[in-house]
Amino acid sequence: MMDSEKTKNGNGFNPRIVAFLCNWCTYTGADLAGVARLQSSPSVRVIRTMCSGRVDPTFVFQAFKLGADGVMIGGCHIGDCHYSEGNFKTLRRVELMKIMLEKYGIDPKRLRLEWISASEGDKYASVTLEFERQIKELGPLKLQE
Amino acid sequence: MVTVNIDGTQVEVFEETTILKAAEKAGIWIPTMCHCDFIEPYGVCRLCSVEVVRGNRSRVVTACNYPVREGLNVRTNTDKIKWIRKMIMELMLSRWPNVKVVKEMAEQLGVVAPRFPSLERDEAEDACILCGMCVNVCRDLVGANVLGFASRGILREVVIPFENYSEQCIGCGACAYVCPTGHIKVKSLEYERGALKDWFLGAKSAIYVPTMQAVPRVPTIDEATCINKQTGGCKVCSTYCEPEAIKYDMQDEEIDIEVGQILLTTGFQLMDLKQMPQYGYGRLDNVYASMEFEHMLNSMGPTGGNIMCKDGTEPRAVGIVHCIGSRDENYHKYCSRVCCMYALKFAHLVKDRTKAEVYQFYIDMRAFGKGYEEFYKRLLDEGVNMIRGKVAEITEEHPPNGDKSFLSMKCEDTLIGKFREIPVDMVILCPAIEPQFDADKVKKIFSISQSPDKFFLERHPKLDPTSTMTDGIFIAGCAQGPKDIPDSVAQASAAAARMLALISQGEVAIDPIKAEIMSEYCSGCRICNNLCPYGAISFIEDKKLSEINEMLCKGCGTCVAACPASAITGKGFSDLQILAELEGILSV
Repeated sequence: MMDSEKTKNGNGFNPRIVAFLCNWCTYTGADLAGVARLQSSPSVRVIRTMCSGRVDPTFVFQAFKLGADGVMIGGCHIGDCHYSEGNFKTLRRVELMKIMLEKYGIDPKRLRLEWISASEGDKYASVTLEFERQIKELGPLKLQE
Repeated sequence: MVTVNIDGTQVEVFEETTILKAAEKAGIWIPTMCHCDFIEPYGVCRLCSVEVVRGNRSRVVTACNYPVREGLNVRTNTDKIKWIRKMIMELMLSRWPNVKVVKEMAEQLGVVAPRFPSLERDEAEDACILCGMCVNVCRDLVGANVLGFASRGILREVVIPFENYSEQCIGCGACAYVCPTGHIKVKSLEYERGALKDWFLGAKSAIYVPTMQAVPRVPTIDEATCINKQTGGCKVCSTYCEPEAIKYDMQDEEIDIEVGQILLTTGFQLMDLKQMPQYGYGRLDNVYASMEFEHMLNSMGPTGGNIMCKDGTEPRAVGIVHCIGSRDENYHKYCSRVCCMYALKFAHLVKDRTKAEVYQFYIDMRAFGKGYEEFYKRLLDEGVNMIRGKVAEITEEHPPNGDKSFLSMKCEDTLIGKFREIPVDMVILCPAIEPQFDADKVKKIFSISQSPDKFFLERHPKLDPTSTMTDGIFIAGCAQGPKDIPDSVAQASAAAARMLALISQGEVAIDPIKAEIMSEYCSGCRICNNLCPYGAISFIEDKKLSEINEMLCKGCGTCVAACPASAITGKGFSDLQILAELEGILSV
């Protein structure tokens, strides 16, 4: 496992961000960003699920445990979920997760929930870049220590 | 069965039949004035008098209540009987010269004018002729016992004992129905017009056919007004029903039918205009909602299709207002689609049937269909006044010089940039089309969604307007959104075709991405049951396990994430698969 603290170009560390994207909206939005050649964050590693409601809180904790510095969950806009109500479940789980993360000593700002639709490629690009910048400011998670 | 002889004709009837009924069977007419088929004969008018002959002696009896016996010999047209009938008619005619049934019977029996005056002469056309039918019907048939006779002799009259108004009167109208002169009138003390589902302007009987186009076209009994439900009496409708199809003790039945697909066409309701008091609906006379005016226009309706104000006169001017509650930030933002065209239809019919001036208050004219724009142009030629602007308020005005009162419509005419007050005698409002009042409940039963305007949500507005997100449940017509008849028919046909396609396939190919509950791990906690937006998860009572209907499951994975025992696998996106992805991602 590569040490995320290794600096490149002396500019600080390169964060490792895991993004759980819902297949119908956010994943397609990210795809659109790519097709349109918009610059999105290279630190983001995508895991596709059918719905943002599929994201189990244990995935998020496991991600942090395995060395992620930030986790992002992307889903359809409220009211537009492809499966009607899945994103409502995500919304309430994220609230709970933030409370739990704080108890574990992980800054809840490292978990981000974003609603991005299939046509919002530019939003995906800007959100990931901004999240990367935020994580860089927060610094590496150093969970092992 | 006994044989009787009436005027030389032999006729065979059941024992205990009256002479009147026997004569009817023999085809011989006997006049009556106080006879009513539904109740026991009263025998008070004596007009049905006939002679019963035995040997060389005869006796005058009333045919309506004299039971026959074997070998009875009846004469209905002897000189004596004729004299009796003439006498009775002269007496009646002198007391009630203008009552229609009296005049008609007198004419039929050959009495032109009475030979003597009556001290109790009553000129009224609807005078009470003391036949007693109302009293008998109310007492024997209905069982309400409201009416009775008071006093004797000349002073005899029909009254409601002790006071003018009876608490026991159930308002059935039976007395008014049997009264031959129209003396008894049923007056409504309060009349709730435009109640939620009942757009009838006038009265209807307790047993009625909902509309001429109803399917099935059979009558139904309104429990609230049926006399039998209230007093146990009447049952007149069943005595007339030859196939004996009326059963008063019928209860609602709940039947279970197993089906594979369901099409919901539960329609719409019109907005309750009492929410918008500035238009005077429910408060001012002659302000109607569109459906009520439609009822008035109908030839089977309360006015026989004539357009008239509440006082029976023809309106001098009519105002028709579009978009009440539609395209409105405060009520419904959407357009109800059909109102522009039916409002134009109303304008045309008002112009056709009356000489009234018509004012049409609109925002935009939506004449989107085949022939619609041409119809609108035609109305412009017919001289309908089109005012582009909203109506702010409708008030009732009484001119100081005593002229007839009218309704003043305060509006803005945007095309000339002025405020106007238009005087009319009648206003017709076009209420917004809303989803049915119980759409929320229906949506929960079928696990479908509503769009933001509360109509049922289609799977795709352009490519799949008849399906819903739940497989096997289809929607069509106004349940999905406001639309007119041609569009409703087209959509219903489309839905039916979709359903048939599925049936004719025999086999259905489904997506492999599904959730599955591993029964060994399931603890029966049922957390997953309510999470499924498609209602695919059900609980098996006897095994205390949850199970997923493969056909309904869409593979979203919400239940997979929620299960505390990790008993649910999401095929293609299982926990192990995703965790393996995480490991791989974070290894570099």
